[in-house]
Amino acid sequence: MSDSGFGADTITRTVLGRRSFMKWSAAAGGAAALAGGGLGFGLQWADRAAAQSDATVIPTGCAHNCGGRCAIRAWVEDGRVTRIETDQRPDSFEDPQLRACMRGRTNRERLYHPDRLKYPMKRVGDRGSGEFERISWDEALDTVAAEMTRIMDEYGPESMYNNYATGGGSTMRGSVNATRLMNLFGGRLNFYNNYSWAAAQWATPYSLGTDLSGSSRDDWVNSKLILAWGFNPAEMIFGTNTQYYLKEAQKAGARIIVIDPRMTMTASAIADEWIPIRPGTDNALMDAMAYVMINEDLHDQEFLDTYTIGFDEEHMPDGIPSGNSYRSYVMGDGEDGTAKTPEWAESITMIPRDRIIRLAREFAMTKPAALIQGTGMNRRAYGEQPVRGGINLAAMTGNIGINGGWASGMGLCERGVSVGGFPAGENPVEAAIPVYLWTEAVLRGTEMGPEDGLVGVDRLPSNIKFIYNCGGNCLVNQHGDINKTTEILKDTSLCEFIVVHEHFMNASAKFADILLPAAMDLEQDDLATTWAWGESLISFSKAVEPLYEARTDYDICADLAERLGIGEEFTEGKTQEEWVREAVEVTEEAYDDFPGYDAWREEGIYVPTFDEPFVAFKDFRDDPDEHPLDTPSGKIEIFSEDIWELDREGLPAVAQYVPEWEGGPWDPLFEEYPLSCMGSHYQRRSHSTFDESPWLDEAMPQRLFMNPVDAEARGIEDGDMVRVFNDRGEVRIAVRVTPRLVPGLVDLPQGGWWQPNGDGVDVGGSVNTLTSLKPTPGAFGNAQHTVLVEVAKA
Amino acid sequence: MSDQQMAFYIDLAACSGCKACQIACKDKNDLDVGNMWRRVVEYVGGDWTRSGDAWVSTVYAYSVTVSCLHCQDAPCAEACPSAAIVKRDDGVVLIEEDRCIGCRYCEWACPYGALQFDDATGKMTKCDFCADYLADGKEPACVASCPMRAMDYGPLDELRDRYGDLAAVAPLPDPSISRPAVVFGPHPDSRALGSTSGRIGNLEEV
Repeated sequence: MSDSGFGADTITRTVLGRRSFMKWSAAAGGAAALAGGGLGFGLQWADRAAAQSDATVIPTGCAHNCGGRCAIRAWVEDGRVTRIETDQRPDSFEDPQLRACMRGRTNRERLYHPDRLKYPMKRVGDRGSGEFERISWDEALDTVAAEMTRIMDEYGPESMYNNYATGGGSTMRGSVNATRLMNLFGGRLNFYNNYSWAAAQWATPYSLGTDLSGSSRDDWVNSKLILAWGFNPAEMIFGTNTQYYLKEAQKAGARIIVIDPRMTMTASAIADEWIPIRPGTDNALMDAMAYVMINEDLHDQEFLDTYTIGFDEEHMPDGIPSGNSYRSYVMGDGEDGTAKTPEWAESITMIPRDRIIRLAREFAMTKPAALIQGTGMNRRAYGEQPVRGGINLAAMTGNIGINGGWASGMGLCERGVSVGGFPAGENPVEAAIPVYLWTEAVLRGTEMGPEDGLVGVDRLPSNIKFIYNCGGNCLVNQHGDINKTTEILKDTSLCEFIVVHEHFMNASAKFADILLPAAMDLEQDDLATTWAWGESLISFSKAVEPLYEARTDYDICADLAERLGIGEEFTEGKTQEEWVREAVEVTEEAYDDFPGYDAWREEGIYVPTFDEPFVAFKDFRDDPDEHPLDTPSGKIEIFSEDIWELDREGLPAVAQYVPEWEGGPWDPLFEEYPLSCMGSHYQRRSHSTFDESPWLDEAMPQRLFMNPVDAEARGIEDGDMVRVFNDRGEVRIAVRVTPRLVPGLVDLPQGGWWQPNGDGVDVGGSVNTLTSLKPTPGAFGNAQHTVLVEVAKA
Repeated sequence: MSDQQMAFYIDLAACSGCKACQIACKDKNDLDVGNMWRRVVEYVGGDWTRSGDAWVSTVYAYSVTVSCLHCQDAPCAEACPSAAIVKRDDGVVLIEEDRCIGCRYCEWACPYGALQFDDATGKMTKCDFCADYLADGKEPACVASCPMRAMDYGPLDELRDRYGDLAAVAPLPDPSISRPAVVFGPHPDSRALGSTSGRIGNLEEV
């Protein structure tokens, strides 16, 4: 079947009649001419050598929300970006280059993409129809300002909502501009949580008093064993260079085990071993590991006695009935009377009992060891549980507060480069909703209360009536249950006005009433810190002027502010570059070796030097009385009295396995929909960003990944078109049959652009056509990975 | 220019299949969809068996990034009727586009599918080892792009001294055909040349 030069088993001696080339310049049409020409062919190597000498190299960055933030150096010739390079500084373990991944390397393709939004537009068809008409900037901004004023007057500030938007990850990104604009204009309904870590950031502090539970990554070389539990930095990045640090740890002697339902790139290229697990059953494995450790007396009782509460009945808060410690739960002395044996866990996790026993012994007996969690698990039905469960195991093995250990939980690190930000202003509104429930606030905001996670007020005075969606795709594509979400959005009597800033006509853009073309990173001055660990400061210098009629988010919001009578308050008379300069004043004051603003802009990167790795909770470990944790007891709370008092279903006070709704055979829905469906982070996109890229589509096309066991049972072969469906919707997509995921699981990588056909079937492959809006019990966070579906040949 | 054969080194144990090299190459060389001077092959094998309530996996996978390997016995050059393919003193194999007549014989001769026809110009194209960068003392774009630092380059003899002399794993062709200028570091699961225990898992991508 191959026309690619690679046969099914070995490379053959031919390549081509390859796919027909995309006629880039023809497709781009007038756009290419405007952009100064598309990509071109035809230079010989010698010509290229001559050509490069004319290029000016502009240091900038790639700041989408993948989990990176990487250095980009844009070659500019005759006002046109002609090449993307990455960090050119010397590369060392102490100061590794901030190398952009394949996504970052497509920024030129993205910049000159023929489908870019080119001018302001207003909706002329039904909302969501995608029918728009070109208008002037004046008309667009006059309309937005008038609607903001009208809705504010009619419904009050709680009706105004700035939707979660992380398409940009730089300091001057769109969402911060919209926040500042709306705060200064009189306020907006707040949200808390995010779509990434709601449960993890909620749960970790109950155990550790903070979600900054991570050490610095240069400490991993001190580990002897690393359990990368759902942790997949090779694909989703989780900090520029995180995969590199993990590999360096392995080279330094750490054994690395990946526990994951998928054989991720981390599993195949970094790990020594992959332990596949049924998704959503991580706590069953954790509990059985705890059982083995207790049963074989491998746990660190001294650490538990000194630094924790709630492990055993001897260390429980006053007034809690006996049988509620973690030990009681694990050993079958708790309410359920079930010992969490490896046999018990095998039937739940699908991991052989012997493997569970060996894993428990190895983790208990190898010192120091690090259980590093990914956050996919926290986006599940009971996402709070694995987060605190991982901390239990870290505590039972005494791996907290030491070099080479890891406290588990959220794992963010308190060490990072000091820098200011673009101030968002004060929001006079107290009310806040959990971000995943914003559609509820559109539908029935005034009926929401604490039972929906509403905080700050008892009841909302208004439903959401105005949405500013500034550089994000959570309005539609990345929110759950798209069919329900779009039904709510289509009703213009609910949310009366939606304004969107975008680069492309994605699903969220289609639901705009006014759609504004925003400038890209390469078209503006900005800055960003590297993500998660935030140890580096990247300068973004404008490489080229914004194309077409695109404008920066800052300029757009500044002009709106002018119309709203708050122009001076918004800009304070500063240009965007002057805000960047101001943010960096903090850095200049903090570090003696900061080279100064101009030199940093020229170099593009500043990395403070650190003498030694940062170890989270080291002071607590060294002296728990002098440096107690910020928990009620000052100790690690394996049992949380605060959670006990919440008394919510699916939210036990000690972390434990809770069978998921839409989890496995125990759910009645399983009969009709017997496959779990997850939406992994596909390297081809940063969430939904880059889905438009032809280069990335060629490199990693959107597919449904399915195990041969499940494919065979359904008569499905590699490459077939399939229907993926449940009661919420249907996706039609080609299948990739691969053994790289557990039987019973299909993976539809999240971020594919929702494209309903005439029958409402999504042919773009957005997993959120299938996901649920039901939140987690603790954080009211998104549980978008807990989904049951069936798959059939189309 | 060195008179030693230039070569690539690929650490298969660290190559994740992320394709930063592929895209860095496409961007530098303005390659449209359909033309990939560097491609990344996923080789995957093993299966799943039921054992009680558990599933036991013998699944393995590794990635191999491949470009023109600037072979010591470049069959593309031998096949070219217009002498458009030249091998420089440093072993780098280049296409002189003005001499290329677009007959595509080289395409058939190359065991690696490295030579690719450009519909727009009617000429063959392929990896030039970033000859311009080499002249400037810079790393080739692919090598410099690798987030896992899995790639290196240099004179073949030096790479062999440093990394050994593995020139192929499955699913690559027999290196005796063309003596490619490449050294691979093995992946713990990489299968030997000619093995058919696994298959290419991402055929549509390469």
